[in-house]
Amino acid sequence: MNNFAKSALVGAALALLTSSAAFAARADLVLGIVLEPPHIDPTAGAAAAIDEIVYANIFEGLTRIGPKGEVLPALAESWTLSDDGKTYTFKLHKDVKFHDGTSFDAEDVKFSLDRARGGDSTNAQKGLFAAIDTVEVVDPLTVKVTLKQPSGDFLYNMGWGDAVIVAPESAQTNKEKPIGTGPFKFDSWAKGSQIVISKNAAYWGKPALLDKATFRIIPDPAAATAALLAGDVQAFPVFPSYETIAQFEADPRFKVVIGTTEGETILGMNNKKPPFDNLKVRQAIAHAIDRKALIDGAMFGLGTPIGSFFPPHHPAYIDLTSQTAFDPELSKKLLAEAGHPDGFKTTLKLPPPTYARRGGEIIAAELRDVGIQAEIVPLEWAQWLDQVFKNKDYDMTIVSHTEPNDLNIFARDDYYFNYDNPAFKDLIKQIEATSDDAKRTELYQEAQKILATDVPAAFLFQLPKTGVWDAKIEGLWENGPIQANDLTAVKWAD
Amino acid sequence: MLNYAVKRILIGLATVLAASIVVFAMLEIVPGDPARLMLGMNATEDAVHALQEQMGLNQPLLARYFHWLGGLLTGDLGRSYTYSVPVVDLIVERVAVSLPLALISLVLSTAIALPVALYSASRRGTVADTASMGVAQIGVAIPNFWFALLLVYVFAVTLRLLPAGGFPGWNAGIWQALKALILPSIALALPQAAILARVARSALLDVLGEDYIRTARAKGLSRPGVLYRHALRNALIPILTIVGLQFAFLLAGTIIIENVFYLPGLGRLVFQAITQRDLIVVEGVVMLLVATVILINLVVDLSYAIVDPRLRNRP
Repeated sequence: MNNFAKSALVGAALALLTSSAAFAARADLVLGIVLEPPHIDPTAGAAAAIDEIVYANIFEGLTRIGPKGEVLPALAESWTLSDDGKTYTFKLHKDVKFHDGTSFDAEDVKFSLDRARGGDSTNAQKGLFAAIDTVEVVDPLTVKVTLKQPSGDFLYNMGWGDAVIVAPESAQTNKEKPIGTGPFKFDSWAKGSQIVISKNAAYWGKPALLDKATFRIIPDPAAATAALLAGDVQAFPVFPSYETIAQFEADPRFKVVIGTTEGETILGMNNKKPPFDNLKVRQAIAHAIDRKALIDGAMFGLGTPIGSFFPPHHPAYIDLTSQTAFDPELSKKLLAEAGHPDGFKTTLKLPPPTYARRGGEIIAAELRDVGIQAEIVPLEWAQWLDQVFKNKDYDMTIVSHTEPNDLNIFARDDYYFNYDNPAFKDLIKQIEATSDDAKRTELYQEAQKILATDVPAAFLFQLPKTGVWDAKIEGLWENGPIQANDLTAVKWAD
Repeated sequence: MLNYAVKRILIGLATVLAASIVVFAMLEIVPGDPARLMLGMNATEDAVHALQEQMGLNQPLLARYFHWLGGLLTGDLGRSYTYSVPVVDLIVERVAVSLPLALISLVLSTAIALPVALYSASRRGTVADTASMGVAQIGVAIPNFWFALLLVYVFAVTLRLLPAGGFPGWNAGIWQALKALILPSIALALPQAAILARVARSALLDVLGEDYIRTARAKGLSRPGVLYRHALRNALIPILTIVGLQFAFLLAGTIIIENVFYLPGLGRLVFQAITQRDLIVVEGVVMLLVATVILINLVVDLSYAIVDPRLRNRP
């Protein structure tokens, strides 16, 4: 190669380098998600994958949930509560536009809330709106919501993804082409492959820092690992491959962030079916489980043990794990007292997630040590919902309840636990009607104690949020107070 | 020839109809309700009922079958319960990935297998024959998903030459799209090539033992001349059978490879639809695959007749 060619090459290389330096402030991001949403209308489906794309990015509600699980204002800039605790008056932001250019006002709020609680509503969380009595438009920027009774949860409930505000013009087509008010707008969806959203230049609030975000659907844990390593995907907010987390921790190109979620993982028991109708049997099962071994074995050490149905990061949490500590001898003794000195045969129905399948094998082995022979029955989600959840045709199951603020499921009539404690139900009613924080904390703690004592389920561990992303990305949520990927503050470090 | 073709086509159509009944009936008895699945664990009963109504799930079975069959005949496969878009659109998007992938893999596998088989067969018993068949045996034994992961680690993670997976779509440019299909098609093709090479070699050897080959040689035809003009043509029938089967497999049975490379192909569409109980999508895709397999078999049957003139005059 002659000198001229050499210097030309060097020059070209330099040009490439400087041009890539000019692009250093990247404004695009590819995120990996495990499950593809069935559609992307958060008001018509329970799939977490819907909110993982649209929450806070495309759609907004009156309020929103922040990174610490706190309630923040969103489309409502402020609100007041009447003295009887029943009427909320929301003051809305002005100059807000939907992505199709139509303007947002109080009529849209009334439409959305009435639609969600109406007779033909297919909202997956219709219960959130049960407290609402009437919704009135006072003026274009003021809405008055009157409740049937005071509710301490109302503002939180309005922050759920299922309670976002949609426009009557686009409500029917949001499943395919979501039209919201958020800082990002929907761009395209290649089914089975990826969903792309881009910056909404006409956003009413603080604009997004990214120009474009792509959610790539990667269900296979090994493929997820390869995609991050190859740089095809730069962030996996909920990384599915626990076994390769250590590898990423050791790699300076990546940041591994283990946070908390609202997912209480439990060993559910059919409280009306013998022998599980006997408290001593349920206690025996709880004492037979070594939570530490379970978390190490099934979760590669990630996850926090819980002794009741409450998230450890909540201010009102109390650690009750010692009440059902691992004690196989006590477990055997309790079984004998319950009339099963030689244990019994039963089944353990497991839905598809890894925590359930791996956890189920460990728990079955631990139960065998105290004499309980649990046959493992693996189920798909559809079968699980049908057999266990709807028809209560089960003995034991493992599942994570990922909804926030869901202590009340133990107070529901006809829920799959078949647990029925009037004192607990009464307590939940009180909590729902209380807005004073100190009083609520006290009631929450009482409720946790009741569950730890009654053992309607064996409480196992809180699911972790295992985030892995490029070390240069800032602003992704560390914890998962709700299942969302809020990208409003995400950017590449310079 | 015409008689033979008409008979094959009629048999094909009858099989499609029979398959439609079996597919529909089998999926109807699968437990699980798509509406409940969609709305999850916190849904109220009336919301579930409202959604069932919306999806048309509360009509009687027979009515739904005939409605579906009528749609099939007019090319309307219905609307997906979960995606709520026409099933046909979903399938077309996926075929745009699965069909090129299957074709590339098939061409690749045949292009590797036939030369190897010809080489081995013409040098039967030599070290070269044993070695190439040994490699083929390993190729048959290696699970393709493991091989796929190996390819990803070498070419995507370490060398960063090709993407680890995903499919950018044909709009992103032919080269971008083809680049995404290179590793998956190699992962699919090599095990298929190994099988095909072994089958083709033994088919060739069977033919090479025939009297007419000796006669041809005795008449002074060269070894390669015999191999290409007489042996290969007569060995094509078992080879075509395997190629036909492989094409059907490559079109529908590639879910594992689709998962490793997270490609939006037909396999993953069916898998996802089954887990979400989006039965109308499952029915549509399965019927399409049944029809395709029958069509491939028909083409193979007809090509037998081209390869082997004796078959043309059979009733």
